[in-house]
Amino acid sequence: MPDYNWPDAEHRALIGKRISRVDSPVKVSGRAKYTYDYHGANMLFGKVLRSPYAKAKIISIDTSAAEKMPGVKAVEIIQKVGTTAQWAGDEIVAVAAVDESTAEDAVRLIKVSYQPMSYLVSDAEPPAGAGEAAGPMSEDDLDDAISNQMPDAQLIQHLQEHGVSFKVDDDFLNDMKGEGASEAVLAAIRSAPYHQASGGGHSAYQKTAAQTSGDPDKAFAEAEVVSEGLYGASVIAHCCLEPHGSVSEWTDKDHLFTHISTQNVSGIAAQMAEPMGISAANIRIHQDNVGGGFGSKFAADRWDMAAARLSRKAGGKPVRIMLERDAELKVAGARPSAYARVKVAAKKDGTLTGWQSQSWGTGGPGGGGAPPIPYVFGIPNLHKEHTAIRNNIGPARAWRAPNHPQAAVITMGALDDLAAKLNMDPLDLWVKNLEITGPRRDVYREELAIAADLMGWKEKWRPRGQNISGGIARGLGLSIHTWGGRGHESDCDLTIHPDGSVDIKMGTQDLGTGTRTTIVIVAAETLGIPIEAINLYIGDTLYPPSGGSGGSTTPGGVSSSTRRAAVDAREALLAKVAPALNAQPADLECVDSTVRVKNDPSRSLNWKQACSKIGAMPVTARGHNDQVASKNHPDLTNSGVGGVGMADVEVDTETGIVKVKKMVAVQDCGLIIDLKTAESSCYGAMVMGISYALFEEKVMDQATGRMLNPNMEFYRLAGLNDIPELVVHMMTGKGYDERGVIGLGEPPVISPGAAIANAVANAIGVRVSFFPLTPDKVLAALSQTQKAGA
Amino acid sequence: MRSFEYASPVTKEQAVGLLGTTWGQAEVLAGGTDLLALMKDDVVHPKRVVNIKQIKEMTGVSVTPQGLRIGALTTLGELADNVNVVKAYPALAEAINDAASPQIRNMATLGGNLCQRPRCWYFRGGLGLLPKNESGKDLVAEGQNRYHAILGNDGPAKFVSPSSIVPVLMAYGAAIRVVGAHGARDLALQDFYVIPKTETQREHDLKPNEIVAEVILPPVHEMKVAHYEIRQKQAFDWPLAVAAVGLTMKGSQLFGSRVILGYVAPIPWRSGDGEVALNNAARIHGGISVEVAAAAAEGALQNAKPLSHNAYKVQLAKVAVKRAILKAASEGAA
Amino acid sequence: MQDDPLKEPKAKVDDNSGVSRRDFLKISTISAAAVPILGTKVVQAAGEPVKVYGPGKTPVELTINTQKHTLQLEPRVTLLDTLRDQLDITGAKRVCDRAECGACTVLIDSKPVYACSVLAIEAQGKSITTIESLMQGENLNPIQQAFVDNDASQCGFCTPGFVVAFKAVLDKNPNASPEEIRHGLSGNVCRCGTYHGIHLAIAQMAQKGA
Repeated sequence: MPDYNWPDAEHRALIGKRISRVDSPVKVSGRAKYTYDYHGANMLFGKVLRSPYAKAKIISIDTSAAEKMPGVKAVEIIQKVGTTAQWAGDEIVAVAAVDESTAEDAVRLIKVSYQPMSYLVSDAEPPAGAGEAAGPMSEDDLDDAISNQMPDAQLIQHLQEHGVSFKVDDDFLNDMKGEGASEAVLAAIRSAPYHQASGGGHSAYQKTAAQTSGDPDKAFAEAEVVSEGLYGASVIAHCCLEPHGSVSEWTDKDHLFTHISTQNVSGIAAQMAEPMGISAANIRIHQDNVGGGFGSKFAADRWDMAAARLSRKAGGKPVRIMLERDAELKVAGARPSAYARVKVAAKKDGTLTGWQSQSWGTGGPGGGGAPPIPYVFGIPNLHKEHTAIRNNIGPARAWRAPNHPQAAVITMGALDDLAAKLNMDPLDLWVKNLEITGPRRDVYREELAIAADLMGWKEKWRPRGQNISGGIARGLGLSIHTWGGRGHESDCDLTIHPDGSVDIKMGTQDLGTGTRTTIVIVAAETLGIPIEAINLYIGDTLYPPSGGSGGSTTPGGVSSSTRRAAVDAREALLAKVAPALNAQPADLECVDSTVRVKNDPSRSLNWKQACSKIGAMPVTARGHNDQVASKNHPDLTNSGVGGVGMADVEVDTETGIVKVKKMVAVQDCGLIIDLKTAESSCYGAMVMGISYALFEEKVMDQATGRMLNPNMEFYRLAGLNDIPELVVHMMTGKGYDERGVIGLGEPPVISPGAAIANAVANAIGVRVSFFPLTPDKVLAALSQTQKAGA
Repeated sequence: MRSFEYASPVTKEQAVGLLGTTWGQAEVLAGGTDLLALMKDDVVHPKRVVNIKQIKEMTGVSVTPQGLRIGALTTLGELADNVNVVKAYPALAEAINDAASPQIRNMATLGGNLCQRPRCWYFRGGLGLLPKNESGKDLVAEGQNRYHAILGNDGPAKFVSPSSIVPVLMAYGAAIRVVGAHGARDLALQDFYVIPKTETQREHDLKPNEIVAEVILPPVHEMKVAHYEIRQKQAFDWPLAVAAVGLTMKGSQLFGSRVILGYVAPIPWRSGDGEVALNNAARIHGGISVEVAAAAAEGALQNAKPLSHNAYKVQLAKVAVKRAILKAASEGAA
Repeated sequence: MQDDPLKEPKAKVDDNSGVSRRDFLKISTISAAAVPILGTKVVQAAGEPVKVYGPGKTPVELTINTQKHTLQLEPRVTLLDTLRDQLDITGAKRVCDRAECGACTVLIDSKPVYACSVLAIEAQGKSITTIESLMQGENLNPIQQAFVDNDASQCGFCTPGFVVAFKAVLDKNPNASPEEIRHGLSGNVCRCGTYHGIHLAIAQMAQKGA
């Protein structure tokens, strides 16, 4: 059998080096084409009329004036009369016209009357006694759970205990599969008992089952110290710079061609097939580049279906619907909030003995899942309850490392407060408890030491509130995190042509994470040719399917499938070349753009000469990676990483304004294919961490039911000048490389926020409970210390 | 954006003649950074847009015996780079360089900055300048008012004046020239702003067919001016509070002061309370000190009435006043 | 005399050519009978004739990357939408569409501006430069190369705006300090978090200038 294993360190010419991403030149020169840039011949422009109410029944829709307007080519009602719009911004009617202004004018001519209903847009702590016990899951609940990547075990347990409130059919299962549900979850849905949902409007507050393990009562009774606190992270928006949207055209009456801004090129057709009434095989999906996704772009959304339907009505002409910025922020992605009241029990030496939490949060109309707390630390005795708030803020979507940043800010905050209560350096408390962090414990130990060194932790750290001078408080904070990151299912076709050219086709996508670069490095390494010699084609359903880019599954998936395809193609090539070199194929190697005899480099052909021996037909090999480890021999990808984040902040105690002065990330991710883009992932994640910790918040107004900041001035994103010195250290070499490739999209974004929150507490001497750490909250916290001190 | 007709007059008189006699008919286009956003958000929908940028007589900066005359079409970027501004009005140059972004400073004009509309998120969301719900409830008072007014907010207007440059212009004692159908009139910049009482009023004293043609900055003499802005982000962010102060000093002695706050009231807020407190404290202490600045800050905010979510802004405004005073006092102290 | 100037006056049709006032007087006497060419009319303002365009389509001539383009546009169309939807010049991106993010940055007469907040009709007679013209033949310019070298783009949607704003800083001052360059890039926002790479690109370029 061919040797698919990753080459060992001394045989790596490219893997693990710092290589510039291959699509940088087209991006820096404005030549990279995105879905928003696609302009089909005779393209029509679609616009969507949206509900101004957070919840309202649609009483009537009159589109007649819009339809009569010159330039309007099609009108599509998205939600019929009688339907209830569930959030402000919910789609009602779409229009396609010859230009954008005309479409906008036409939307203004549509008359919709609504019957407003009572709504909730708050995610404040549920009133005492509120909340019903968990019940059967509705279609929406499941949709929400999948799209938020609720942990499989949690979801399966819920399904087994509470069942579903609707009849499950194959269409539904297909939808769920398209959205990324695992086989285990699909099986659980299929076998879930049917229970009728309790009648009447259900409560906005749904309590999930309380979880208890060990003996928490005893642990707290015997605790030498108990620390209590309140922690949490607000709802934030994805705010992809390229908004969600697509351009659809019917190339004939049975064939749809859709350009869509997506993280999931290979998974879109299956979602559109049933609504369009054609087979998925008749739908072509294409995307060259995507301007950000962050977890929010896995689905063919309602507006995408509307664009396809408008195109059909308009005789197949391309119809573009790209969301305006306000819609992008209102409806196209919200990270669920999570807040918790936590009690931690410990011994005087810092050994953790008990955890108790009441948490709540919202993931929109479906309520959302519970954050995985306590996070990373498997505290032995615990009791926890979670209440999901079902409200009308718009649908939640997965956001990098779903639920983990929230779990980190809650858990790491609680442990940091405990350390302060014990007068301990939190670094010591973390190290003290590494035994209960599971299989990555030694990795954390190594990483914490490196991070502390890079931060200058031991020199800089002071007990809480003891590093204030001239009204400026300095502080340090830390957090650790974990993630899976096993490679997804992926197919790769690699072809070596007789003229020496090589092409790769794969239905994957590059979110700016370096996927293209990963693929060509693996292929070039395997074939012994430069990366420039490889023509890579991705982003189209014409190419073999490859998984959606979520959950850090892409690097493992595409590198494994590419490696297999490249090894197989290389073996086929060597078989053809061997006679010319008077050698056995097994004695040949591909190095430095030559094919040569291993121990006799004088017997060699250059790459072009070697390929000319192929004959008339090119050699194509298909590489496949499966998501199930047991199916992959050898297994080139792996799961399970640990990482550390540290932050050094400065707080102006008069204004409450927080500035991050330095951040450190130390991260493992198995075998790194391209060190440069891997590091960029971590740098970018720290920037996003600073942004969500200090600035970002989807501000909902209970008085109007609307989002008040659906723009980029009050939905603040960190700017260049808000970013301090950032330090990244990737764990590589023995103990790491041989694990195989593991994804890196999620892990480094988890800790930065929690580390910043802890650093602020260290600086000012008191906890600021909730993100974002804005001046109002920081000043309020500071005034508590002043009162307490008075 | 709704459709409109467009004209690009070359004289002030033509421009005025092209404007409407009631608000809403026509809008003046200068830098466009605010107007286009308002039109896209359907907050304003004029039938006609009058681009005044071709009016040559409204450009340029000149030194005159009355002071610096600045054509209203001067962009913020040109003004910040102007050698006379940098030399004689450094706090203005600094305030401009703190404002918005390089691109906006290249586009936005000084006149446009004076006339920009409030950033209140209810207003921008199409709910009105004095937003109320169907049952007449004040949406700002009932809703999310974290960025709203803490002073001058006892009427229906609770938005904050959006310019971070006007306070420092006022500290320099700026006046403006307004041109209308019946000729020109000059007025102190601080008299230009009014708190609207009804939805149809605007935040300033312009008539629908008037334009701001010129800003006049008097000579500085003995005055030290400073500006202090509290922003969450380091750059390109709307401030949470702004203060500008002008101190007339001889040696360490204070002879008079101007204290103006921004982002705290529906108008740029000249704080008589703050000035009295500052002058008194300076007299007692024989000059400017941290205690004096803090006393002035307390005085400036003594009548603040925060709404349900913006009490923190009282503290921020105090800090802005205090720091602006200390900064002004230390300018050129050597 | 206080006529509402927005009330349709005795509107006259003009042929849109660059006519002098004297020409206008000659033309106007005959043009009432002429076929109206694309909603341009003349109104009296302060006793003088002033052309009023739209609200329908009207000819607009733009000079983009030194090339002249003549288009028929409504006055309400922005420069950004004209570039992207009419001319397929798509390097400038539409992100916020409200002068808040910098992704649509272009140069007008060498100064960086937000193309989303400029009407195409008011950009006539000016020199408009977009990211598309920054390459030096087949080669990246040094700023672009610094972005590549330092991995200063991820999804890349904000990148053209940053590069154009960067060029504007160096065009104005080739010896700009890192701090001055950062100030010059403060009107651009990135979501992926490429600022570390941009900081490095700034350092690389500042070194070159020095």
